[in-house]
Amino acid sequence: MTRLMPRALMAPAVVTLFLWMIVPLAMTLYFSFVNYNLMQPGEHPFAGIDNFHYFVTDPDFWAAVSNTLLLIGSVILITLVFGVLLALLVNEPFPGRGIVRVLLISPFFVMPTVNALLWKHMMMNPIYGILADVWRAFGAQPVDWLTDFPLLSVIIMVSWQWLPFAVLIFITSLQSLDREQIEAARMDGATGVQRFFYLVIPHLARAVAVVVMIEMIYLLSVFAEIAITTNGGPGNASTNLTYMIFKQSLLNFDVGVASAGALFAVILANIVAVFLIRIIGKNLD
Amino acid sequence: MPNENHLAHMARTLGAWFAALLLFFPLGWLFLTAFKTELQAIHVPPLFVFEPTLDNFSEVQRRSDYLLYARNSLITSVVSTVLGLLIAAPAAYSMAFFRTRRTRDILMWMLSTKMMPAVGALVPIYVLAQMAGMLDSLSALIIVFTLSNLPIMVWMLYSNYKDIPPEILEAARMDGASLWTEFRHVVMPLSVGGMASTGLLCLVLSWNEAFWALNLTSAKAGTLATLIASYSSPEGLFWAKLSAASLLAIAPIVVFGWFSQKQLVQGLTFGAVK
Repeated sequence: MTRLMPRALMAPAVVTLFLWMIVPLAMTLYFSFVNYNLMQPGEHPFAGIDNFHYFVTDPDFWAAVSNTLLLIGSVILITLVFGVLLALLVNEPFPGRGIVRVLLISPFFVMPTVNALLWKHMMMNPIYGILADVWRAFGAQPVDWLTDFPLLSVIIMVSWQWLPFAVLIFITSLQSLDREQIEAARMDGATGVQRFFYLVIPHLARAVAVVVMIEMIYLLSVFAEIAITTNGGPGNASTNLTYMIFKQSLLNFDVGVASAGALFAVILANIVAVFLIRIIGKNLD
Repeated sequence: MPNENHLAHMARTLGAWFAALLLFFPLGWLFLTAFKTELQAIHVPPLFVFEPTLDNFSEVQRRSDYLLYARNSLITSVVSTVLGLLIAAPAAYSMAFFRTRRTRDILMWMLSTKMMPAVGALVPIYVLAQMAGMLDSLSALIIVFTLSNLPIMVWMLYSNYKDIPPEILEAARMDGASLWTEFRHVVMPLSVGGMASTGLLCLVLSWNEAFWALNLTSAKAGTLATLIASYSSPEGLFWAKLSAASLLAIAPIVVFGWFSQKQLVQGLTFGAVK
């Protein structure tokens, strides 16, 4: 009984997750090899590798791949650097620390659709937006963010949302930093920079791994911030893989091509995952 | 020397306040705009002082039945969080206290299912929901939210349970405690913080989920995330109403987040703190 019990306890999670993974994957695999358009009911004739060929030769494809990687890379870099700095900033007591912490983490609780509309209109509008006003205050020509810097705009929105998450994780991690060790290093004449690189950063290594892993998972699927603001444009300047596949399936109704694209996204995700899980796996035990 | 420390402390305080206000500014601005008239909302230069009005809020409710969407958000996020905890807790418990050589592989596999981008499953899930007649239904959203949060929940709970010294459990087992007693009276009290923050995080993630909500629902089962998306155009031109609707959509979860942030911080270790 004691041998069966652990498995029985695990079963619901394992079984549901297995179905959640294998059923869509199998269906996607099947769809990717047939001609299947939602607008053309009836038979789904075998299509060989046509769908893959079509998706890969789409001029948007490589743009979408590089936009996806650029988006993920930039947001992770921004949130890591500023996340560590902000967490260190609020780690020591100062007047109003509680309020500062609450203000800092607030953007994490904002839903992506609100985030997108808030930045698109009230912040980045080239005439009435706050940023335009700041630019004018400095005597500069206001920037039309979404038209001229579409991907950067999306990166700003997504970073604003995820920076607080990184700060939260780093605050948690810093709580277990050995203060006596830091103090001892200071007594021994270690400068602030030395203490930062030899004591704080190594201590935060696991937290960094966690932030990278979780953000990677969610950033691969950034959708609302693009669908609501730029629609992937102008042209394909802010199209990521998620948005491109969405366009194929629910806007062009081409399930076959969309599924081929989805398989590419899964493969890309898995390349990243294998690499990540190596790092995180070591840190888990 | 003390003088220098005092200066550094001042600089740190100012820096922290500046960063916090900068990051919070867009939200504060959203809050102000919600109480403006449409003309004040697009005034150049931006108005910080004005006579507030509540008209936008009643207009939002009249036009799009805010309460229906709020109800849908509440139901989907609470039910999926509770369901998720019910499925994840036993699994995490089993992994933490009955470790085998495969435990780590199973955990890694679970996390890897999260690596599959949602869009990879979009078409199949859409087709399945259509076949089951579950498009635009709360149950479809609940199932999807539960499953997509499950790996993160198992991971968080697992790393929390693992911090409980096994000796305590062995002592309980020697005393003849059943599995349920052991869980209820030993594990739960020791990991209540971790369970709470796991639940909190999933509540936030489900409340804010936009990809599935946008693609699987429309008028009937739409959550607040989809209500706001409907303001994207051309009504998005009405900034004051957009702000009021947005404020109504995020206020419950943001305020909830403020009050639970201490709790959230304690449990967000993911095994990263040792």
